[in-house]
Amino acid sequence: MAEVLSNVQVAPGVFRLAVKGHDGGRMGQFYMLRAWDRYPLLSRPISIFDISRDVIEFLYIVAGEGTEMFSRLETGDPISLEGPFGNGFEKPTGKTAFIGGGIGIAPFYYALREIKNADVYLGFSRDSYMVDEFRKATTGNVYVDIGGIILNSVDFNAYDTIYTCGPHPMLHAVQRKQIESGSKAKIYVSLENRMACGIGACLVCSVKCKDGRKKACADGPVFLAEEVVFE
Amino acid sequence: MTNLHCTIAGVDFKNPIVMASGTFGFGKEYAKYYDINRLGGISGKGLTLHPKEGNDGIRVYETPSGMLNSVGLENPGVRAFLQQECSRWEKLDIARIVNLGGNTIEEYVEGAALINEDNMNREREGRKAVDIIELNISCPNVKAGGMAYGIQTVTAREVVRQVRQATSLPLIVKLSPNAEDIVGMAAMCQEEGAEGVSLINTFSAMKIDVYKRRSVFNNLYAGLSGPAIKPIALRMVHQVSKAVTIPVIGMGGISNATDIIEFIMAGATVIQVGTYNFVNLRAGEQLLQELENFMLQENISSLDEIRGIL
Repeated sequence: MAEVLSNVQVAPGVFRLAVKGHDGGRMGQFYMLRAWDRYPLLSRPISIFDISRDVIEFLYIVAGEGTEMFSRLETGDPISLEGPFGNGFEKPTGKTAFIGGGIGIAPFYYALREIKNADVYLGFSRDSYMVDEFRKATTGNVYVDIGGIILNSVDFNAYDTIYTCGPHPMLHAVQRKQIESGSKAKIYVSLENRMACGIGACLVCSVKCKDGRKKACADGPVFLAEEVVFE
Repeated sequence: MTNLHCTIAGVDFKNPIVMASGTFGFGKEYAKYYDINRLGGISGKGLTLHPKEGNDGIRVYETPSGMLNSVGLENPGVRAFLQQECSRWEKLDIARIVNLGGNTIEEYVEGAALINEDNMNREREGRKAVDIIELNISCPNVKAGGMAYGIQTVTAREVVRQVRQATSLPLIVKLSPNAEDIVGMAAMCQEEGAEGVSLINTFSAMKIDVYKRRSVFNNLYAGLSGPAIKPIALRMVHQVSKAVTIPVIGMGGISNATDIIEFIMAGATVIQVGTYNFVNLRAGEQLLQELENFMLQENISSLDEIRGIL
């Protein structure tokens, strides 16, 4: 069992959770979190927002019963962490951009610990959050869009590597932008599928790819944008 | 000293804890988290003769005390299993159960025949990778076949009869709670020479997205599992145990030692653990420890003392 250090609301329904005790992790990986005994049944996959020494942080949005229970966690409460899981981001080459939509910005904060000069694109539908933190974390530029389409701010030909994470329609649009722009960049999407086991055994987080089915939890959550067949 | 040993069709189970098909892959993922050789056995991911892509769309949805799944039997096919997984299964010191599904009787029979042939080839070289075939006539998530064979006893009889003839491996039949008459179905399996029955598979169930005004699942219905179904599973295991003399493998929502004891008391020889693997990565290890503790505490030295006492 790990222990909650803090659980702060940074925007309506968005929380930054700090936990003491973890097993490390690379950028783009996630943990299965559980702050209850038997019910709800399943743990919740949440990507790593930051790690420093024995503290791990998660940024999550209240979307259902589980995250609602997370939002009520207080300092000193126990929480169970299993992980880290997933492939994470490969180390990028050349000029790099991180594009996050809504809560999809979360994994890029930790990624900036390694890729300190990436340009960051943050898109929000209504309230923005963590923007100042991102500005401090990168030596590159930070672009923010509220209520619009963040992808419209990106020149897909200006980068060698582009990582994206956000809602399904945004990631689908990334794939289209890649084709339209003729970008030569390596473009990745980080997917957020419903999961059960988290380790590649149960096949419920299946991702349809051009060369067959893959598992978001074990083969992903990071995939090349071009290999995913969006439904 | 507690004795947890069980036997089905001459196959030894170190203890009654078997991991249920579809929740444990072929064992290698969980083997990273604990020693799966401590288990009684595993039933591998359901196989079909040909590889199967499974269902599109959302495949899992959490419900109160349970979950719905609509994986649709995604699997690499019998041949890929035999070629890619069995060398690892040979080294497992537990009861190894292959779960076999199909779209047509011919597919079931050909799949069983392939597994049988592979088994004979290995046995000639003093090796073994598969101990039991678990015939899946109860998957609710595939359009053709699957559960279609598990509803009516008369339809299921033909599958069981033909698969029985296609293999000399011990055969158990996994039954659906959606069957018209699950007791009659079990009795039929016994008549046709099955060495056991396992029950229950998931309940056919539903979830509607009221905003999109459509089912959450592309396949309309999905399979309900987890603690929510345990009381019904227990009742069915009890009824079936009373009606047949072949071993019964009980499952449905088991998530602690007393759940296991209940199923044994209802008549199960061994039990399977499915959904609870998603709650606790080390479910097998934890349940074994809990079961040993419970038996010591309650002065039960062997499961035979309590099996089928109701």
